[in-house]
Amino acid sequence: MLGKLTLAAIPFDEPIPLATSVVLIVVIGSLLTWITVKGYWAYLYREWFTSVDHKRIGVMYCLLALVMLLRGFADALMMRSQQAMAIAGAPGYLPPEHYDQIFSAHGTIMIFFTAMPFVIGLMNFVLPLQLGVRDVAFPTLNSVSFWLTASGVLLINVSLVIGEFARTGWLAYPPLSELKYSPGVGVDYYLWSLQIAGVGTLLSGINLVTTILKMRAPGMTLTRMPVFCWTSLASNLLIVAAFPILTATFAMLSLDRYLGFHFFTDDAGGNSMMYMNLIWAWGHPEVYILILPSFGIFSEVISTFSGKPLFGYRSMIAATMAICVLSFLVWLHHFFTMGAGADVNAFFGITTMIIAVPTGVKVFNWLFTMYGGRVRFTVPIWWSLSFMVTFVIGGMTGVLLAVPPADFVLHNSLFLVAHFHNVIIGGVLFGVFAGYTYWFPKAFGFTLHEGWGKAAVFCWTLGFYLAFMPLYVLGLMGATRRMQHIDDPSWTPMLYVAMVGALVIAAGILCLVIQLVVSIRDRDNRRDLTGDPWDGRSLEWATPSPPPVFNFAVMPNVEGEEAYWGIKRTAIEQQRLADEPQYEAIEMPHNSPTGVITAFFASVMGFAMIWHIWWMVILGALGAFATFVWFAWRDEDEYEIPAEEVARIDRERRRVRTEVLLPSLSRPA
Amino acid sequence: MRVEASVVTRRLVSRTAPSDRSYRRRVAACVAPMLLLAPLAGCNEGVLDPRGPVGAAEKLILLNSLGVMLAIVIPTIVATLGVAWWFRASNTRAHYRPDWEYSGRIEMIVWSIPIMVVLLLGGISWVGSHDLDPPKPLESTIKPITVEVVSLDWKWLFIYPDQGVASVNKLVVPAGTPITFKLTSASVWNSFFVPQLGTQIYTMAGMTTRLNLMADKPGIYAGLSAHFSGDGFSDMRFNVDALTPALFASWVAQTKRQGPMLDAAGYGALAQQSKAVRPFGYRAVAPGLFDMIVAQKAAPSGAPTSGYPTAQVSPRSPNAQGK
Repeated sequence: MLGKLTLAAIPFDEPIPLATSVVLIVVIGSLLTWITVKGYWAYLYREWFTSVDHKRIGVMYCLLALVMLLRGFADALMMRSQQAMAIAGAPGYLPPEHYDQIFSAHGTIMIFFTAMPFVIGLMNFVLPLQLGVRDVAFPTLNSVSFWLTASGVLLINVSLVIGEFARTGWLAYPPLSELKYSPGVGVDYYLWSLQIAGVGTLLSGINLVTTILKMRAPGMTLTRMPVFCWTSLASNLLIVAAFPILTATFAMLSLDRYLGFHFFTDDAGGNSMMYMNLIWAWGHPEVYILILPSFGIFSEVISTFSGKPLFGYRSMIAATMAICVLSFLVWLHHFFTMGAGADVNAFFGITTMIIAVPTGVKVFNWLFTMYGGRVRFTVPIWWSLSFMVTFVIGGMTGVLLAVPPADFVLHNSLFLVAHFHNVIIGGVLFGVFAGYTYWFPKAFGFTLHEGWGKAAVFCWTLGFYLAFMPLYVLGLMGATRRMQHIDDPSWTPMLYVAMVGALVIAAGILCLVIQLVVSIRDRDNRRDLTGDPWDGRSLEWATPSPPPVFNFAVMPNVEGEEAYWGIKRTAIEQQRLADEPQYEAIEMPHNSPTGVITAFFASVMGFAMIWHIWWMVILGALGAFATFVWFAWRDEDEYEIPAEEVARIDRERRRVRTEVLLPSLSRPA
Repeated sequence: MRVEASVVTRRLVSRTAPSDRSYRRRVAACVAPMLLLAPLAGCNEGVLDPRGPVGAAEKLILLNSLGVMLAIVIPTIVATLGVAWWFRASNTRAHYRPDWEYSGRIEMIVWSIPIMVVLLLGGISWVGSHDLDPPKPLESTIKPITVEVVSLDWKWLFIYPDQGVASVNKLVVPAGTPITFKLTSASVWNSFFVPQLGTQIYTMAGMTTRLNLMADKPGIYAGLSAHFSGDGFSDMRFNVDALTPALFASWVAQTKRQGPMLDAAGYGALAQQSKAVRPFGYRAVAPGLFDMIVAQKAAPSGAPTSGYPTAQVSPRSPNAQGK
């Protein structure tokens, strides 16, 4: 009846997971109680859970990412403290079978459920606004994408309480992840949470590619799009090309585990080297899926706060698309030590270095964007500067690892760990934090507190260097990754420094939380009434903050790069806004529970697959399919916003714009 | 699977052309700035303190590549901070050029700088990859000895086919003599790595990889697995005892006098999962054992459990912990 699921799956005999589970259940329970007591369920369901508005979905993605950042970071603290304690014979407090789950969960959560949702959330929120359109191409599909990601998040967190998580590392290399060596449910939790979330990501990629290619405002040619749209296009093209590889690879591993196939088993004709190739054929593009949107954010932020257009716009596009293509030609550098031979290793080493060329060009172009500008040192620009300094170091160590003979001694070492944290924290995370601060007033109508934001930048930057520079050194000293205990006492000082660094990063996270709380508390004093708090240059700043559900009352007419900058300039030169347009009624898509319901059934199916509860698998699959059919059968999917309502909202916007733009000629124009 | 193995083996064996120019001499002319690494100078282990020709060449490549890149990276960091600071909004002396967004000359330079760096490093990579290809024999007048390496859950087995002995979690080699390693795994992947001697390489079941290393001088060097292999992974450490050839010969003789015998039964027992195994020797080894392991005809390796999994196999349940 319940497959493999018994009471033994709950860790009653182990204090750490048990206590964590209890705390988690209490926190979630009290949150749900609070919502119930306050009677917020109806509001949440109506305005958020079933919303198909790209802005709301984007916000929910980012919120999900921030929550999972806390979960993933808790894992990081446990890893650092275990390694700082378990030196020279001391056992530490985490036995290997628990420690192995923690580093596997840390990697999986940080990549799939922190970085990915954050990046996708920002793209979701910003792209339609920058492109001057009212929503993404497939609004309901967008909601499905989000909820499938949330379903993956749910499953991975359930593994904390019921059963176990994978003990294989975040990419679950076979043969270790095969049934023979990992007979528990951990790898199954890994596979199904990522399969379900992966489908969501793929759908999201298709949606955003379509939006960018097919749904731009009149006059918004491809080479007039803001650079963030370009980097998002590249990133989503990579999602569409790479995620099917991930899905297929995981499907093959699942066949091995569930039906006794031998794709990757190293016997009966299987070959584990193939998994390594396939997973990195997805995995390396994945790195660029994450970093390219961040590059776009930095481009927007640096240009806006320097009061200048982006230097070398076309060069930036070329660099972005070059990275997009090259990212598929480098995967083998993740396993130079497999014995492929000198020609193969040298080829992939050199293709990897070639990627550094467009990346280097980007750094120089940001530098020249600031050159001749008037740089306002706001929180997003601090994130950007911290990024530029940190990222070139990470890029340098990356190129170093791309030299095969150097990789022969640094592969899988803490040097490698330091390298990819250097580019993911210093690149992706600092980027999304910059974007979060930059677009927050657009989403919520008030700005984030500057002081706490700067404190967060400071703590994150200092914490990063303290936590990861020692790992570079330890890697050179011969320390490898994923050690549950350390035999060599001479590594102690560096491990202690790294521990301190992790605590400083914790302070950085605390600053972000305080920043959010303080800003919400003081929101009435922090209102952005103008809709354009940073003197922005692209179309999202033409809308009020927060934008109305339809974003733009009439489609903006784009006449060049930096669309809104042009509109502002014209208005100031002519001392008047453009003529009031003829307002028409706007049709917007209905809210739809399709996403929530599909994801509910997908979660049920995933959970049932993990525990081999076959009747429940069928139930989940049928439920998800029935939801889809029911949605496809709908005969009314839009509602109309009357012209008067549109006119009322837009006239208010025009009144504010006139106030801001025309009497204040003192602003830098 | 055997087909697979032989393909890999053949490919790895086929590159044998020895080069008579030493890599070290060729790149010795480049002096690498060691700014970032200065604090490490005192370390007495790790990849920056190599004790063999492979490790030394790799260290040189590492430092040269780092030097080439630092020459670009440091000025870039300084320029970034300098430009941002000089062009701060409050600096009235900075010249504001709100529409300056393109310069063909600058574009050419910003594309050329990284391209030139990559040309240089690409050359280093190409030459280095070929000179230091793991299966390539080392130059030496001394005849190499062969060691067959098997990674097991969770210990290392070293077989000396010519000497007819074997050891677990202890690798004894004659200093100054090239060692030819043939490596495989009896269970999951591992990576055989002695940081002070250089190059690591994966061990994979059903396949043979090859590696050539040499310790210049007698000494004890730490070795480890550099690829996560499960719960006992952290204990897959071993010491490399590099002895003088005479002492090595006496170690072989001594090992032959004592210890168990590594035959099919002995190997079957060794292949079961165990953690933190103390080093010990085998006085004799069944001939062809390594090839049997590669061909997956030796005793099967241990695993957490056999048969169909149940919730009882969860690491959190007591019976899974007694292994």
